[in-house]
Amino acid sequence: MISKAIITVSGKDTVGIIHAITGKLLDYNANVLEINQVVVSDYFTMILIADITGISDKFDELKRDLIKVGKAINQEVMVQHEDIFDTMHNI
Amino acid sequence: MNTKDILQTIRMINEEKLDIRTVTMGISLFDTVDEDGKKACQKIYDKITRKAENLVLMSEQVSRRYGIDIVNKRISVTPISMIAAASDDKSYVDYAVIMDKAAKEVGVDFIGGFSSLCQKSMTKADEILIDSIPEALNTTDLVCSSVNIGSTKSGINMNAVKKMGEIIKKTAYLTRDRDAIGCAKLVVFCNAVEDNPFMAGAFHGASEGDTTISVGISGPGVVKNALEKVKGKPIDVLCEEIKKTSFKMTRMGELVGKEVAKLLGYPFNIVDLSLAPTPDVGDSVGRIIEEIGIEHTGGHGTTAALALLNDSVKKGGIMASSHVGGLSGAFIPVSEDEGMIECAANGYLTFDKLEAMTSVCSVGLDMIAIPGDVSATTISAIIADEAAIGMINGKTTAVRVIPVDGKKCGDEVEFGNLLGRAPVIDVGQVKSDDFINRGGYIPAPVHSFKN
Repeated sequence: MISKAIITVSGKDTVGIIHAITGKLLDYNANVLEINQVVVSDYFTMILIADITGISDKFDELKRDLIKVGKAINQEVMVQHEDIFDTMHNI
Repeated sequence: MNTKDILQTIRMINEEKLDIRTVTMGISLFDTVDEDGKKACQKIYDKITRKAENLVLMSEQVSRRYGIDIVNKRISVTPISMIAAASDDKSYVDYAVIMDKAAKEVGVDFIGGFSSLCQKSMTKADEILIDSIPEALNTTDLVCSSVNIGSTKSGINMNAVKKMGEIIKKTAYLTRDRDAIGCAKLVVFCNAVEDNPFMAGAFHGASEGDTTISVGISGPGVVKNALEKVKGKPIDVLCEEIKKTSFKMTRMGELVGKEVAKLLGYPFNIVDLSLAPTPDVGDSVGRIIEEIGIEHTGGHGTTAALALLNDSVKKGGIMASSHVGGLSGAFIPVSEDEGMIECAANGYLTFDKLEAMTSVCSVGLDMIAIPGDVSATTISAIIADEAAIGMINGKTTAVRVIPVDGKKCGDEVEFGNLLGRAPVIDVGQVKSDDFINRGGYIPAPVHSFKN
């Protein structure tokens, strides 16, 4: 079964946000499945779904690294396993 | 996956303070029984530290995985009166000390189970345990104690009620230099539940498995926010909204509990969805009552509003999981609820109204500071009233009052952290001495002719 991480990024819009996040995902060989992104009056919000099957044991490290790269470009990054959204919103 | 759902979950966690209040590991201590008290204590220490060795570590791992805060990690054990009964010890304080030591060793926030179930009558062990409570709570930091003095099936043990009034006074006196903090860790129950993960009343019931994982989940802020969307709508619409919200929260709690249980290799027990407030703004049950339409919590309509809130929370939770247990409902601990602190301080929320509210909330008179000169018999009478409500209505009720030495009505007491602060509330001057001094027991109530 595919295991997915939901990565939510938000902050003031700047150059290279998607590059920074997806670059880090590449380091972990995590495939991007879906990106949903908007900029509303200079404020950037992105929800990115990545395939983390096979790297589940590195979840903590990936999360820590993504938060770190986000911080460097003033973005708040949340990384959560998809199960929490599935169980809360689907019967 | 729906973007709206993702953002809703994130908002619940980040802004509305949805959290896992506790992951509680229940540990049976029956296999530590020994006629030599010292050996029993050693076995208790060994078992707790072995079973709960990775509880904190694994809870934190799951917390990171789902991005949800797990505020407390706790342990509940078999009521110590049952375990220590085999020994000829004259005091059980050593058992509390060893529980405290084990809890600190594994890094949990609280350990519950310094308890006695004496709803019918007391064994020698129950008496020793109850007599040991003040000293046990004075000398330990993390140990919580509970005593069940009544039930719908067996009535109310008035001898135990009398004794508990004295024990609460003594505990308050011994811990008077810390605003009677000992009493915040002591709760007197009627119809205590055996799988409750919340403190101070958590213990691991005799019918529970050897080692289990339960979860207590909270989120008054989430419910209040959901209700803001249905302002002015009919009550049934409001109930529907509470149900949907508690459904989502319970599902999340079950997921976290099962995941922690899986990592630790123990069976998952129950999820307890209780709206447990904290002193933080935005995390208050009192404010939900006001959102429903009562100007100040404590005004007329408060009991009805609390009733529908409690019932809707239960309905949503039960639909969401087949493992709902514990207390599951709305707590009304005064000192821990920012909205209630304000209403009590301003005189809107009185002791009598709080008692009425306990007939429909999930537990009882909780974290209420009362003047230090209130007599032991008055406290016993308060316990008797509360137990009667529980016994007749077939629900759990409890008393956790804190008589603060040297404090009078209108003064304020600061407990700190999750326990919050509380204005000292008036309980009147009428004496109930003769009633309490009778002793004996109130027979079990009739279960038909319910008028």
